[in-house]
Amino acid sequence: MSGGVDSATAAARAVDAGHEVTGVHLALSQNPQSYRTGARGCCTLEDARDARRAADVIGIPFYVWDMAERFAHDVVDDFVAEYAAGRTPNPCLRCNEKIKFAAVLDRALALGFDAVCTGHYARVGDDGQLMRAADDGKDQSYVLAVLTREQIAHAMFPLGDTPKARVREEARQRGLLVADKPDSHDVCFIADGDTRGFLTRRLGPAPGQIVDSGGTVLGEHDGAYGFTVGQRKGLRVGRPTPDGAPRYVLNIEPVTRTVTVGPASGLEVREVTAQRPVWTGCAPPREPVECNVQLRAHGEVHPASAYSDGDCIQIRLHEPARAVATGQAAVLYDGDTVLGSGTISTTR
Amino acid sequence: MNTHPVVYLDHAATTPMLPEAIAAMTEELARLGNPSSLHNAGRRARRVVEESREQIAEVFGARASEVIFTSGGTEADNLAVKGLFWARRRTDPRRGRVLATPIEHHAVLDSVHWLEQAEGAEPAWLDVDRTGTVRPEMLRAALGRDPDGAAVVSVMWANNEVGTVQPVAELAAVAHEYGVPFHTDAVQAAAQLPVNFAASGVDAMTVTSHKFGGPVGAGALILGRGVAPVPVLHGGGQERDIRSGTLDTPAIRAFAVAAVVSAQRRMEESRRLAALRDNLIRQVLAAVPDAILNGPPPGPDRLPGNAHFSFPGCEGDALLLLLDARGIACSTGSACTAGVAEPSHVLLAMGADEARARGSLRFSLGRTTSQSDIDALGAAIGDAVARARRATAG
Repeated sequence: MSGGVDSATAAARAVDAGHEVTGVHLALSQNPQSYRTGARGCCTLEDARDARRAADVIGIPFYVWDMAERFAHDVVDDFVAEYAAGRTPNPCLRCNEKIKFAAVLDRALALGFDAVCTGHYARVGDDGQLMRAADDGKDQSYVLAVLTREQIAHAMFPLGDTPKARVREEARQRGLLVADKPDSHDVCFIADGDTRGFLTRRLGPAPGQIVDSGGTVLGEHDGAYGFTVGQRKGLRVGRPTPDGAPRYVLNIEPVTRTVTVGPASGLEVREVTAQRPVWTGCAPPREPVECNVQLRAHGEVHPASAYSDGDCIQIRLHEPARAVATGQAAVLYDGDTVLGSGTISTTR
Repeated sequence: MNTHPVVYLDHAATTPMLPEAIAAMTEELARLGNPSSLHNAGRRARRVVEESREQIAEVFGARASEVIFTSGGTEADNLAVKGLFWARRRTDPRRGRVLATPIEHHAVLDSVHWLEQAEGAEPAWLDVDRTGTVRPEMLRAALGRDPDGAAVVSVMWANNEVGTVQPVAELAAVAHEYGVPFHTDAVQAAAQLPVNFAASGVDAMTVTSHKFGGPVGAGALILGRGVAPVPVLHGGGQERDIRSGTLDTPAIRAFAVAAVVSAQRRMEESRRLAALRDNLIRQVLAAVPDAILNGPPPGPDRLPGNAHFSFPGCEGDALLLLLDARGIACSTGSACTAGVAEPSHVLLAMGADEARARGSLRFSLGRTTSQSDIDALGAAIGDAVARARRATAG
């Protein structure tokens, strides 16, 4: 229970379904702020109080579990390390993989619980496969696709069949004051939303060059970690392109600290390799299967064919996709069902 | 939802109100009158307050004029520590040291920390031994180091976590050798021990009624004549200008009733609780042979209703959750920061390591505790510890 409307409503639904429910708020920050400022960030002390109040209204026991150290190590340090390596991580994914459905789940199972229930918008099918939520716009199966079948077997997502607007209405009817609380955006541990500032504080200045595909130096930067593939804004390059077309970040090379920029056509990718695959919706396909692949959170799906190549997934897109960043997840769907996912390691 | 009957082993947190106190308070709630008013309604209310004051004074071996009503123990502790510090330093600016034990309740501890940060006070922490006891020689040594620099001494009569009873009369006598006022937080002691203000020789003593069957929100700082703290609350000048604010007549009446009734039953009740508590210890150790009883051995140096254990290999908050799920209410004893359980500062001060300080539970018995409560705990604790160990190892 984060203190938000989704987890509160999910808990209430679990009680109505007849389960024995205990509310848990995860203390993930080593220095929690007292109050939320705006909609950014999460898990301030105020959020903990909101979660406790919701649990009291629902009538379930409520505890706060201190996972700050594990979170700092498994999620925050990983986030920084990935950016330092020139990749674009998705920390929510890592949190689900390592904290919510691992550290928390392990502790819960040891204490005698059977499952972890969250307010994620996703569904579990009859065969234990992960599926998109009914509300396409809110669907969070992308950040849950990293879960194994074992983890999914111990997960519950009561909101998967409901549009967000109805969830808020339901929360209101249930007397949950968080019904009108705004959703938190961005990264929960970067309260002011300034990712670049956060990374600069953690990694320090790491100046390098901005070059074009031919290797010509166009400008300088303070840290390659402040860029992501496909980025257009924030490129401080002195001269405009000869044809006036905008420049995009095409590549980030962390060792030489070089950021390569170029035209939009340079962003096009036809093949994606993903590592650390998790296959939950089918057995790892030795031969290519047709599917739709999603390459970033809230991104569009791309028709593709994919197969399992030992410890990788090889994905061939039928049409080129733009701005595919390594470090993001590639999630393969068959309709609404998640077949599997991996972390994007190379693109061509 | 959890449908088990509640086995309540957390009387140190709060106690069920005595039916007599509820009846008296309810009756008084229907009446009108501010005890500070001069007219008939005010006089009637004031009579109730003053009779209550006299009853409470008698129970605790004090004069009526020595009883200052507050909203509870925390307020009384704040008033004593801050108020006496300010008063003493005003008379002599050299008096900047506050002597206290590291096992005080947070109402004293945090007041001392605040005085340090905001008022330039210098805390001097009195060492406690492995049972949590302060020896008079330690106080003498601490005062002797800088006799003119001491503003006030505060040592709790009995510790709320591990039940240690301090040699309060001896400690107060040492403080007086140096002319330093001695305050004691008697919040827990007043519920289970014969606490006598005059006999103890202390200058200031905190009590609160919800620890012995009275309502929450009604406490007192008992202050010797000639001991005048600087007030924390300014306003209408009530309570001899020491503590302003309209007096809560119904709560004060209930406070007095609870004090009188519990004092009448105290001796017998202490014997009964001690026997139940000793049985609890036996049952817990039988179920979990490597559990460690924290604090002094059962006897005159320990609160009769208090038991406190460390369970190696467990986190206290996991145990709490498991017992709560079986309808057994107890406590890890320590305050929470943002809801996350902190390791017990009392255990840490007594020399325990952090793991032991985190893996502990307090069971505190009271008026409504029966043998079946103890048996329920005895039946549940073994399994709970086993599960909590698995959860911690993972």
